[in-house]
Amino acid sequence: MGSAQQLHLGVALDGAGQHPAAWRVSGIRPAALFTAAHYLAHARLAEAASLDFVTLDDTLALQPGGEEVVRGRLDALLTFAALAPVTSGIGLVPTVTTTHTEPFHLSTAVASLDFASRGRAGVLAVPSRTEAEVAHFGRRTLPSEVDAEAENAEVVDVIARLWDSWEDGAIIRDEPTGRFIDREKLHYVDFEGRFFSVKGPSITPRPPQGHPVVAVYGDSPYAQGAEVVLIDEIRDARVRFPGAKLLAGLSVVLAETEQAAIDRRHALEAYAPFPTGGLSFTGTPADLAAELPRLAAASGLDGFHIRPAVLPDDLELFTAETVPALQAAGVFRQAYTGTTLRDHLGLGVAANQYAEA
Amino acid sequence: MPKQVKLAAHFPGVNNTTVWSDPRSGSQIDFSSFEHLARTAERGKFDFLFLAEGLRLREHAGEILDSDVVGRPNTTTVLAALSAVTTRLGLAGTLSSTFNEPYEVARQVASIDHLSGGRAAWNVVTSPDAWTGQNFRRGGFLKREDRYQRAEEFLATVRELWDSWAPDAVVGDKENGVFARGIDRFVHKGQQFDIRGEFTVPRTPQGQPIVIQAGDSDEGREFAAKTADVIFSRHGSLESGKEFFADIKRRLPVHGREPGELLIMPAATFVLGDTEEEAHEYAREIRYQQVRPATAIQFLEQVWSRDLSAYDADGPLPEIDPDPDAEPLTWGRVRHEKDQLAVAAKWRAIAEEKKLSIRELVIEVTARQQFVGTARQVADSVDEYVQSDAADGFVLVPHLTPGGLDVFVDEVVPHLQERGVFRTDYTGDTLREHLFSR
Repeated sequence: MGSAQQLHLGVALDGAGQHPAAWRVSGIRPAALFTAAHYLAHARLAEAASLDFVTLDDTLALQPGGEEVVRGRLDALLTFAALAPVTSGIGLVPTVTTTHTEPFHLSTAVASLDFASRGRAGVLAVPSRTEAEVAHFGRRTLPSEVDAEAENAEVVDVIARLWDSWEDGAIIRDEPTGRFIDREKLHYVDFEGRFFSVKGPSITPRPPQGHPVVAVYGDSPYAQGAEVVLIDEIRDARVRFPGAKLLAGLSVVLAETEQAAIDRRHALEAYAPFPTGGLSFTGTPADLAAELPRLAAASGLDGFHIRPAVLPDDLELFTAETVPALQAAGVFRQAYTGTTLRDHLGLGVAANQYAEA
Repeated sequence: MPKQVKLAAHFPGVNNTTVWSDPRSGSQIDFSSFEHLARTAERGKFDFLFLAEGLRLREHAGEILDSDVVGRPNTTTVLAALSAVTTRLGLAGTLSSTFNEPYEVARQVASIDHLSGGRAAWNVVTSPDAWTGQNFRRGGFLKREDRYQRAEEFLATVRELWDSWAPDAVVGDKENGVFARGIDRFVHKGQQFDIRGEFTVPRTPQGQPIVIQAGDSDEGREFAAKTADVIFSRHGSLESGKEFFADIKRRLPVHGREPGELLIMPAATFVLGDTEEEAHEYAREIRYQQVRPATAIQFLEQVWSRDLSAYDADGPLPEIDPDPDAEPLTWGRVRHEKDQLAVAAKWRAIAEEKKLSIRELVIEVTARQQFVGTARQVADSVDEYVQSDAADGFVLVPHLTPGGLDVFVDEVVPHLQERGVFRTDYTGDTLREHLFSR
């Protein structure tokens, strides 16, 4: 123990599972997808296994497809906000759409998620690239892919500036001078970008982590500078993203025997094919536990973004059997050793770009 | 049965209401503070908790104001988090209709309504100034004269989105593979918005989350009479409350609404003591803590638009007149007085008549509806206001964060319950039920 590479594990809590027909085979009541209890139950499974974080996908449009797929969803950040006070260890990483929502609101919302979770917030920043979303807002035309990505990068930049716009310890409550804050520790960000400008400072003090963890998908140009990158294409991943925590997307179909897992997979495929993109694993929890460290070492990965095919089934098997096997092999923590998501990911303290060194 | 009192709790955030220098004053940022106030309000069987919104830090004379409480978290995020630690309390928040779009506000409020099982409310406001707009992409987007036009169309659009899913759209028929059916496309084409598509959130537990409105101009009153469920008003005194109440309720039938469909809830503070004298003494102390000398001068500078820092807060009002042509010195505070010279003249007259210093004058003119006395006296007054149609209830603003409401819940609420004018337990699950079921 100790010398083996430690894995980082996030888990996707989308819909009733990653497979489009998951809702038909899962024991979950479909309407439960619109309650906090559904997400809390799964976040608690992940937390009991000391996983790094959970993610929740989002866009500002209805999911494509017809009657046979899950359609409709609640705001991902608000859904995770509803988990924050009633969980204690798990990182909370909702997707936010950076193209239409104001960066100022995004910055304070993520900071506030960090306050409500006492340092466990992250954000998966994703630009919008659909005509449907443009039509929902109606104030601009569809940005080109290049522009949407460039704007996403600007948003990621400015939300961190706003987090830093209050230095830690800005609230002084100095009775003798009658000053509640030390305004020298507040900073205008005066951001002027290609797509927008923001004056600042934030209305929200710097959050507990300083910088909640920003994650992006590996197909984003911004991924070069990101702290956490979720990738589907693992070839040359380490070369492409030298400085980031790299987690590969991995959909999992588990069962106690390999044949049972294959049967489960076939049963799902009878309804619809598996979504393309990312790795996938079909087999026993123990075999998965054996496979993950090998794969991580071979590809220079820091861990995996687990996408259970069906909730809660595949998440239950993963946390009940795969995780203990990884722990026994010394490649995954026995319990949380820190309290923040940055701690879990080994990211270290976030420097404040405005504070005097 | 006597008319039932409605009660809400305002989280005392960014302003000089909160006496931050009091040793009992806690964080206005940490979630534990919001949780404390929410749990207290729910213990007291309140209708809802109310959060204001901040979009830019207040400035005075070109600098960020440092004398009052500064900084607050994001409204919707806090409300969603509070949904996890409460079960019945309504969760109301202010969201600007200027620096958001209908699709996202509809989505956020509907999401909170689902997450809380039907307890969400939205206070619709407009933000007219380009100064606040400097924090937003569409900073100079809205002309002042278009404010209500946009707010009204914004709200109508949000409601179209809330209604766009049939109540039973989530079928969840596993056998036949029908997850949802009957998601209508929305199309809204108006002066402010031209949008179309599909909403992402199923119809919420309340169907329509509660809408609160706070405007006081004629346009604002009309807007509220037409569309709001609750008015968060400033008309605190018994007489002005009655006038406002009558005016608003008179406007309702024009819009096909019953008087009971729009509740009037002024903001109010309270100070309790074991005796009436003790309460008044404590109230006086609080006012002096809230209005420190620097705060008093800054308040005057808002109207004068001049640097008055050379004046003594304990001395008389400045002999020079306001400069109506100057840029305002203070940004980020709602300015209610438009004619600065008239305001100055009025204040001089008050100060002269009552022999008030600058600080005393500010304390006098910024006084809001305040219930001061023993718990029984405060309960009596609250009840009197409601029974005499000066209000349907109150949004209480404690002067301490987060424990300032505790004493009201522990001592005043039982008196109201004894009188039979306030619920002893929730009879419904949703905010709409709290506010409107008999």
